[in-house]
Amino acid sequence: MAALHLISRSPADSRALEQCLARAGEGDAVLLIEDGVYAAAEGSGSGEILRAATGRVMVYVLMPDLEARGLDIGSPCLRAAGANNSPPSPAPALHPVDYRGFVNLTASHRPVVSWF
Amino acid sequence: MGKKFLFILRRSPQQGARVRETLDMLLTVAAFDQPVMLLFLDDGVYQIKRGQSPESVGLPAVAPTFEALALYDVEAVLVERESLAERGLTESDLVIPAEAIARAEIAALVADQDVVVTG
Amino acid sequence: MERFFSSMKYAIQINSAPVQSQSVHSAQQFIKAALAEGHEIIRVFFYHDGIYNGFAVDAAWPALARQHGLDLVLCVSAAERRGMAAGASAELAEGFRFGGLAQWVDAALKADRTLVFGG
Repeated sequence: MAALHLISRSPADSRALEQCLARAGEGDAVLLIEDGVYAAAEGSGSGEILRAATGRVMVYVLMPDLEARGLDIGSPCLRAAGANNSPPSPAPALHPVDYRGFVNLTASHRPVVSWF
Repeated sequence: MGKKFLFILRRSPQQGARVRETLDMLLTVAAFDQPVMLLFLDDGVYQIKRGQSPESVGLPAVAPTFEALALYDVEAVLVERESLAERGLTESDLVIPAEAIARAEIAALVADQDVVVTG
Repeated sequence: MERFFSSMKYAIQINSAPVQSQSVHSAQQFIKAALAEGHEIIRVFFYHDGIYNGFAVDAAWPALARQHGLDLVLCVSAAERRGMAAGASAELAEGFRFGGLAQWVDAALKADRTLVFGG
């Protein structure tokens, strides 16, 4: 079965997201929770690695944790500008879930791997 | 009712009691005769690097703990080849024998498990 | 592959102290949502610094234990390592008990999924 990876640390103090995505398999799911949701924030620097993963893994964001930090899923960083005249890169797809969605992800994936 | 367990150590040795406690978990699983594997990833490969003298900076020696693994029925001790190479290490730098596997093989290894604990 | 609306059994491991991070709150929210979906929590096992949950004034775990009959187990060896002796059972917050790592393995073996909260 495909794995669910939980990322709970901010990209500013942990490379967990990047190191997880380097090993995640085709069809795996990644869920950003707690400070892990800062990967979706402007200036987190995670836009590129999330974009690179789009299509290979599904990336979900736990909305209560995102909203508690005053962030939203349309953060402009995720559509980071391309160089000079090139158009902005497309935003990586981040899928919003609530706790019920979190539970459903754990039921439809195995194992569940927490990266710290 | 059997389950497959994988323990992944990803952090450098200076984590207080944490690594020791994670290994205690692994050894308990082995004592229950469940298939269990140990994988060293990222800075976790430093856990089993030769030539450490943690005592000189007041830290507990971890190598004896890993050497004790041989006494238990641990199915495999694995180390990611890229994690070693990125740190300028090879398998000969390790205090215990570990089977090198490629980064590209990790996803399939993880997908085959029931329980994964990272420490 | 299991349909996600079928009933699942969970083992939950908590690694952090209540004031240390959001992880304890996350775990509690997850447990409530899982129970609301008709799933079963086999056991909540408190390990590493997670054992401090059993000595906290926070009423959330006792309330969850009371409402849902949760089995809250503090690892006795992790507690002893932190100077929280098992002999002090009377001082444990309501709903908690001490247990060994075998309790964690037992829960993981009975569960369909094992989740770890708190780095």
